[in-house]
Amino acid sequence: MEEAFAPLGENWQPVSPRLRDLRRLLLVAFLVPGALVAVVAVGLGVGWWLGLAVLVVALAVGAWAWWLLERSYRAWGYAERAEDLLVTRGVLIRRLVIVPYGRMQLVDVNAGPLDRRFGIATVQLHTAAAATDATIPGLPPAEAARLRERLAALGEARSAGL
Amino acid sequence: MTTTQERAAAPLEDFRRLHPLTPVLRGWRVLAVLFALLLQNSLRSPGALDVLVFLGVGVPVALAYGWLSWRFTRFGVVDGDLTLETGVLFRRSRRVTLARLEAVDVVRPLFARALGLAELRLEVAGAGSTEAALAYLSEPHAHRLRSELLARAAGIDAATPEAPEHVLVRVPLSAVVWSSVLRGPVIAGILWLVLVIAGAMAVGELAALGLVVPLVLGTGGALVTYVMSNFDFTVAESPDGLRLRHGLLETRAQTVAPGRVQAVRVAQPLLWRRRGWVRVDVNVAGYGGGQGSGQSTTLLPVAPRPVALSVLQHVLPGVDIDAVPLAGVPPRARWRAPVQWRQLGVGADERVFVARRGRFFRELMAVPHARTQSVRLTRGPWQRRLGLATVHVDTAAGPVQVEAAHLDATEARQLVEAQARRAQQARAIAVPQRWMTTAQSPPVLEQGQGGRP
Repeated sequence: MEEAFAPLGENWQPVSPRLRDLRRLLLVAFLVPGALVAVVAVGLGVGWWLGLAVLVVALAVGAWAWWLLERSYRAWGYAERAEDLLVTRGVLIRRLVIVPYGRMQLVDVNAGPLDRRFGIATVQLHTAAAATDATIPGLPPAEAARLRERLAALGEARSAGL
Repeated sequence: MTTTQERAAAPLEDFRRLHPLTPVLRGWRVLAVLFALLLQNSLRSPGALDVLVFLGVGVPVALAYGWLSWRFTRFGVVDGDLTLETGVLFRRSRRVTLARLEAVDVVRPLFARALGLAELRLEVAGAGSTEAALAYLSEPHAHRLRSELLARAAGIDAATPEAPEHVLVRVPLSAVVWSSVLRGPVIAGILWLVLVIAGAMAVGELAALGLVVPLVLGTGGALVTYVMSNFDFTVAESPDGLRLRHGLLETRAQTVAPGRVQAVRVAQPLLWRRRGWVRVDVNVAGYGGGQGSGQSTTLLPVAPRPVALSVLQHVLPGVDIDAVPLAGVPPRARWRAPVQWRQLGVGADERVFVARRGRFFRELMAVPHARTQSVRLTRGPWQRRLGLATVHVDTAAGPVQVEAAHLDATEARQLVEAQARRAQQARAIAVPQRWMTTAQSPPVLEQGQGGRP
């Protein structure tokens, strides 16, 4: 994390590395069958030399995505301050959102079947503005529940009218 | 039809019915469909039987349904909430918390006007569409009910008579017509039209003129709709907020309470510049994205700039957005925004955050600090190479999206932090004036009561 989007001095929390593991699993699950089908199809249809080239390209893309998932995982972070919550994310497009507790309308915790399998959950904050984009994926369920309770309590204490 | 009189004089605590002519207005659509079917049928096989069926079965059934649904619809105020009950088979009861009321519109479609009726629309924050529509009421009743609901929402005595108003601006028809024409897409359409006609004449292939028919219909239709909906646009000031009235066939009367305006934008298309015209749009929480609500987020469709700014004074009291000093962006931003980089600017005083953009279509946007929902900082790959970043100030949904693009990354970072602080201070000192802030806490936070640390 870099200075402009995640300044030092805040208590930055990373998300769980299991988020990265889950996304890598999904990457492999989609890339391997796809690449195999493409290699066999090209190999039978055109020639095995081209099939080999396709395989190399698929491997390169896979390796790059593998590395990118690491970077994108490292880019996630959140910090709870006295009056607001900071969330930062993104590699290509870097983002930082500051959501005051008093502005939160509701807090969602989501976990799909795969998420539960990997022991992670997503916390999402909603304000009256649709553009507010404060989602924290990859939190351990206990941390997600703690965050939800804390945000809800803080939100109620500091609530302000629209 | 029934002889029940509208019990307009009764207190709102009693349930009331809509106007007894409602089924006629509602039913005419059903009848129109039936009539179209009939017409189609009788063209194929002419006969008197269809007409008899239409008159003998279709019309009574439509009227009976309309009457039933009117009979089963009622509204009243229960514990400070407006309750609306509808539905013949599936009963639906809807409660609208009046303290959360953002705006009340009186809409009069053409057919309703002919019968002296009007529709009352209540807008509440967060709802995508109109929260509760009371269609139809008699016109005086609609206006009385509006002032009564506004009074209840503002927390004053419900019997307060409708507040007197004072007209600020009346947009002349010529300005509406000219402003609708002097816009980029319309001019482009006209140029294209001339080009095609000239081309067709030159080649001698008049069939090519068929190509422009959709264009003419589309552009012309949009122009006519715009002029009709902004016809006789009047902005009036009253203690319960700004009153906007406009429309030729369908008229609309809106009330925008000053404290409920979330963000404003003063925009000027290129061709309006010589005349010094601008238009003013606002974000009002209840109107949402303006979906299906047409022009309802427009505060002023066209007016000279000083007039527009004086109207803004009523929406954002004590704020002069022209007086806020704006800082530009660093010259290296020209690599990212070559056309408009000189126009980009951002500034803030103790009341509002202001951002400016646009070379040809100039926009000046402002958000009161107390209305800031969240603050964001973003940076794309190009901006990264140039050391730039964009600051967004998010407000409740509407046409105005405030962003200060391509600032120096370090300054942007400081600005985001400063803006978050200013918004927090503004929230802290915002005295809960009745119209300025809602008195109640925001809606349900998930299990908010349970785990207080």
